[in-house]
Amino acid sequence: MFFQLFWTYLKIGTFTLGGGYAMLPLIQREVVDRRGWIDEEEFLNMIALAQAAPGLIAVNSAIFIGWRVGGWKGVAGAVLGAVLPSFLIILMIAMVFRDWKDLPAVEAAFKGIRPAVVALIAAPLFKLAKAAKISWLTALIPVAAALLIWLGHVNPVWIIVTTIIATIIVVRIKN
Amino acid sequence: MIYLELFISFFKIGLFGFGGGMAIFSLIQMEVVSHGWLTPQEIVDIMAISQVTPGPIGINCATYVGYTIGGFWGSVLTTFALVLPSLVIMLSVCKAYFWLSRRFQGNPYFTETLRMLRFAVIGLIASAALMLMKPTTFIDPTSWIIFAAVAVLTILPELKKNKVTNLLSHPILLILLAGLAGYFIYL
Repeated sequence: MFFQLFWTYLKIGTFTLGGGYAMLPLIQREVVDRRGWIDEEEFLNMIALAQAAPGLIAVNSAIFIGWRVGGWKGVAGAVLGAVLPSFLIILMIAMVFRDWKDLPAVEAAFKGIRPAVVALIAAPLFKLAKAAKISWLTALIPVAAALLIWLGHVNPVWIIVTTIIATIIVVRIKN
Repeated sequence: MIYLELFISFFKIGLFGFGGGMAIFSLIQMEVVSHGWLTPQEIVDIMAISQVTPGPIGINCATYVGYTIGGFWGSVLTTFALVLPSLVIMLSVCKAYFWLSRRFQGNPYFTETLRMLRFAVIGLIASAALMLMKPTTFIDPTSWIIFAAVAVLTILPELKKNKVTNLLSHPILLILLAGLAGYFIYL
């Protein structure tokens, strides 16, 4: 289990640019679609928890999956896998190639990669919405949340806290 | 004692850093500048490097700052110090979550809260995509073509599920293809 989780998160850590949310499509692909360690519902629960707790979303998600799948050993494997590629690459850059980002070839490749990253984050939303069994009414929640964060610069933590409190009040009134 | 200072600074950043990479970056900036460890210009460089290298942005920054100030062991220390609070807090959160899901299975407060949180999280992800839709990311019409092509290939297995669409929708392959496209178009 240690090695499976280590290998999975090593792949995720090696092939995602932009951190956090850019890692989600690959985590979904590897952990939900490929390994079947958790389903789409639990994947969304995981993101809520990873976002609500302090620290890096990628590391928090590695801790969640690691603990869920393999206990302590799983956590060690997943976290090491998530951190190691980024650590080694930055170390190499800091030691040797300080100016590599100015190479025209690297710059040109990244001009192509940046819009692709945005598409990779946006496109799986439909699948996730379907998995969450969203309706026209409940679709207002993600729309409002996205607009508040995007245009209102509201911290996502407040969205999560407000959602929890609002739901408890609504359930209370209904009963 | 520089190592102790580095440890305390990055432990603090990990402990109070809510909202992931970008939010954490501003904390790193404050800590590093107030200690006089790096110049503002160096910080901009770190951000640029973090964005074009794989992995979590916070880890990239911590490793770079640690190496610049304290060499190899400095970078190990800052990275470890950044992750340590997460390990403690997120593990407690996970344990609580799994315990609650067993204990309150079918409890309307618990199941409804999780259901609503799933909707909210879809909004969080959407906002992450929206915030990246800016002129520095989408520099010309070609950017939009790349965006559309990747989006279509990602959704394709939903419409027509077979081996080919499944393979072509893999994020790693799509990133490599986009990089290759960028190389040939923009160089």
